[in-house]
Amino acid sequence: MIPILDWALLPLLVVLSSFVPGIWIMFLREDQHGLRTGLNMAGAIAKFVLVILMLQGVAMGLSYEWRIEVLPGIAFSLVGDGLALLFVTLSASLWLVTTVYAVGYLEGSPHRTRFFSFFSLCVTATTGLAMAGDLFTFVIFYEALTWATYPLIVHRGSPEAIRAGRLYLIYTLTAGTVLVVGAVALFAEAGTLDFVPGGALDPEAVAGAPVRYLVIFFLLLGGLAVKAALVPLHGWLPTAMVAPAPVSALLHAVAVVKAGAFGVVRLLHSIFGIELATEMGVAIVVAMGAGFTIIYGSVRALNQDDLKRRLAFSTVSQLSYVALGVALLLPASHIGGLVHLVHQGIMKITLFFCAGVLSEVLGVKRVSDMGGVGRRLPLTMGAFSIAALGMVGLPPMAGFISKWYLGIGGLGSDLPWVVPVLLASSLLNAAYFLPIVRTAWFDDRNSEWKDSGRGAFLEADWRLVLPAVTTALLALGCGLLAGSEWSPLGWTLLLVERGHL
Amino acid sequence: MTDVALWSTAAVAGPLLGAILTLVRGRLFTQLGLAVAAASSLLAGLGLTRIVALEGPGRHLLGGWGAPLGIELLADGLAVIMLLTTAGVGSAVSLYATAYFGDVDDPGMDVAPGGRAARFFTPVWLLLWTSLNGVFLSGDLFNLYVNLEILGLSAAAVVTLAVTAKATLAGMRYLLVSLVGSMLFLLGVALLYTAYGTLSLEGLAAAGPTGVVPAVALGAMTVGLAAKTALFPLHAWLPPAHSAAPAPGSALLSALVVKASFYIIVRLWLHVYGVGLVGAGEGALLFLGALGAGAVVWGSLLALRQLSLKRLIAYSTVAQIGYLFIMFPLLPEVAGGVAQEGEMGWRVDAWGGGIYHAVSHAFAKAAMFLAAGTMTYAVADDSLPSISGIAHRLPMSFLAFGLGGLSLAGLPPSGGFVAKWLMLSAALATDRWLWAGIIALGGLLTIAYVLLVMRYALEVRETPTAFRSVPRRMEWTAMALALTAVALGFRAVEILDLLDVGGAAPW
Repeated sequence: MIPILDWALLPLLVVLSSFVPGIWIMFLREDQHGLRTGLNMAGAIAKFVLVILMLQGVAMGLSYEWRIEVLPGIAFSLVGDGLALLFVTLSASLWLVTTVYAVGYLEGSPHRTRFFSFFSLCVTATTGLAMAGDLFTFVIFYEALTWATYPLIVHRGSPEAIRAGRLYLIYTLTAGTVLVVGAVALFAEAGTLDFVPGGALDPEAVAGAPVRYLVIFFLLLGGLAVKAALVPLHGWLPTAMVAPAPVSALLHAVAVVKAGAFGVVRLLHSIFGIELATEMGVAIVVAMGAGFTIIYGSVRALNQDDLKRRLAFSTVSQLSYVALGVALLLPASHIGGLVHLVHQGIMKITLFFCAGVLSEVLGVKRVSDMGGVGRRLPLTMGAFSIAALGMVGLPPMAGFISKWYLGIGGLGSDLPWVVPVLLASSLLNAAYFLPIVRTAWFDDRNSEWKDSGRGAFLEADWRLVLPAVTTALLALGCGLLAGSEWSPLGWTLLLVERGHL
Repeated sequence: MTDVALWSTAAVAGPLLGAILTLVRGRLFTQLGLAVAAASSLLAGLGLTRIVALEGPGRHLLGGWGAPLGIELLADGLAVIMLLTTAGVGSAVSLYATAYFGDVDDPGMDVAPGGRAARFFTPVWLLLWTSLNGVFLSGDLFNLYVNLEILGLSAAAVVTLAVTAKATLAGMRYLLVSLVGSMLFLLGVALLYTAYGTLSLEGLAAAGPTGVVPAVALGAMTVGLAAKTALFPLHAWLPPAHSAAPAPGSALLSALVVKASFYIIVRLWLHVYGVGLVGAGEGALLFLGALGAGAVVWGSLLALRQLSLKRLIAYSTVAQIGYLFIMFPLLPEVAGGVAQEGEMGWRVDAWGGGIYHAVSHAFAKAAMFLAAGTMTYAVADDSLPSISGIAHRLPMSFLAFGLGGLSLAGLPPSGGFVAKWLMLSAALATDRWLWAGIIALGGLLTIAYVLLVMRYALEVRETPTAFRSVPRRMEWTAMALALTAVALGFRAVEILDLLDVGGAAPW
């Protein structure tokens, strides 16, 4: 065995690998492009390698934990368990790709030092909360994520950006406060904040004070639902679209909304435990909220002409698959929900990368202006189409795998509305994604392009095109090779097999 | 001479010696005086902490005079924590001040023409430091009174060092409030002495003061001290005074001086009157908490309305002082005071949260005032619009301000977060949801006014204002304080353990 594999500091190093560059970059001059990019890439690669090491270790049956006691009975702890790795692998790999994209996307624009500094801090917070071993640590990173993301959303400094940032802060900071109150109340009542597979709470204690635990559950859920963009707490997300494309990509695929969804998973799985949550009748509330959000988001996405706004409402909808999956008391739906956490990330980041290429290279921002862009940008639109079809859930794309498992779960569930909701949502997905694909490939050019020209090798700057192609292929691969043990599905099945869920 | 005697004498004599040294004209003596004061305070703080942690509270009778006449020094957990906080904040502010007042010929916004402030700041501040250490180490009421008097005089002098009409007026008002406060305190001391024939804190605590006279004494002393602490609604003097003082002075006043009178309130209520408060005194605890809640809401709302940077931070001090007093109603284990005599009658987390807030607020607020001082130093103006875009020119000061604000708002990871967590935990474990709501609301309001400043500082528009270059030392001292406030959020166990040593907590 390689000695580094059982090194307990590994989770901490994963967090530091982006924290240190983030802080360092903050103190660079604006014109130190080489050093800044170097630091960014070094951090991204280091994080990726560390995560791969940890992944191997966990596959071999090791587990990682690093903790310091902050308050009596409360520790700051980072763990590398199966669930944590599912999320942290997603964010580490997509961050690597997004860094390349962001360097290309922002070339020549002002305030890049600030941007890349907070970009790194944003991922630091995300990986931190992915590996949080207890609710205390989770809350710390959840709040840190809020303020690390704010400068990215207002990056352009335009009045709309400032407004979007303000809305974002009002929503997320209030939610953060509610989450903190919920966490303290949980600790005061249960005396523990640890994440334990299958639930940390004692069912008898919960039965002794049902109302109290109900209040605690909804405080925690309320705090998480804002970032997870559950209707009616999703208002900030479509507005936050004004951020630069790499930020939107990260926001929608890896960072903020995923933090919320992952929090809901932790709440149901690792704090209350899904059986207890079902018994208390709260799991069904989550499931119904998620079901409603799935339909609502899709319907709203239908009539958005702004491409990024359409994608944003699609996120609102798609993200709730995760919550729906984990809220049902069936292994298949859990697998579907967790796998979708990864699959949605890969597909959605592709879509946002492509939207960014369209607006950056051609100045095309609206769906109705997209006529003929497929011929000008075949690689980009190819990637877009793969991801879009995946979102709809066509085989053999990644989205099909998640929907398959969710569907099986839905069939086995005693809630009659789950399968119809899934079907309706897939139809709606098709209704808002396929027209984009059709317009791009088959319509004639119907708008003025401010074409910024081809890149040296590809249809545009390779740093913009290749990331999109990479993630599209990844999405395809996750579907085609779903049977492999290194695919997201394979990993999730391993977790189930080991009883981590 | 025992170790306790050595270190507690050093804590008081060191800054005093420093103050005398700085009366000699010239840079060398100024720096020598500051070094003597800082070194003796830091060493004394660490030395006493070691003794308290290993052997429990230390006592020393100065000059060998016994109770009830002598000067009694007492070092327990609470005392050494405050001593160390003062040493840390005081040293950083001293370093900052040497740079801030360095260039006497170039009168800035709040540096007096002719350099009077530059000359007299150091001796006045070191006298202030002497009295702060004196307050924290006093074991008897009379000694407390003497130090409180010196503290009030030197603090008012710090304000008037900025020789502007505004500062003089604010300083005079502060002096007046301070003197009335001291008088009320002295009245209470006299009443207690008549009733019990002793001034020793431990002696009085052992006597267990109950009845009408002690209650009146406590009331008089509390009103006096609350005025000095600027507890709502006796806070009106604070914003003009703290904002008019030169920046290092503002930092000291907001971070440390108001904490000294708060410290005496804690000593009196919990150490001296302690156990008697459960049950009968709970209404009084509730009253203190209600004033604290009023301070949190009112101070924050007014902070949001300020157009001047330093006034905004000063109002924030009014609000944050409120949190210190919200600690009191959370202290009894059970609402209604059922547990009359048991050790389980008090909540350790409320106590820990309150004191932890005092400590992390000291570091965070000092960082914010110093960073604000750096910004106003650079643009020679104190209005919010004038710092427009300053984040791009003074990134480190801006970051220090932001990190200080983070701790102030109780966002993780920071000492302020730990403090708020503890207070919330005390409130929620006993079903005091209203208090939990106020604590949470105060955090949101704090975020709002910190962001107000950030918004101006981050503006992209480049205003063609005159910009004076800033000594590096002013930037990193503020940063060091802010980082300390953040670091307090990673490890609270030892400090909370230390806090439990000795008689300040009534269990």
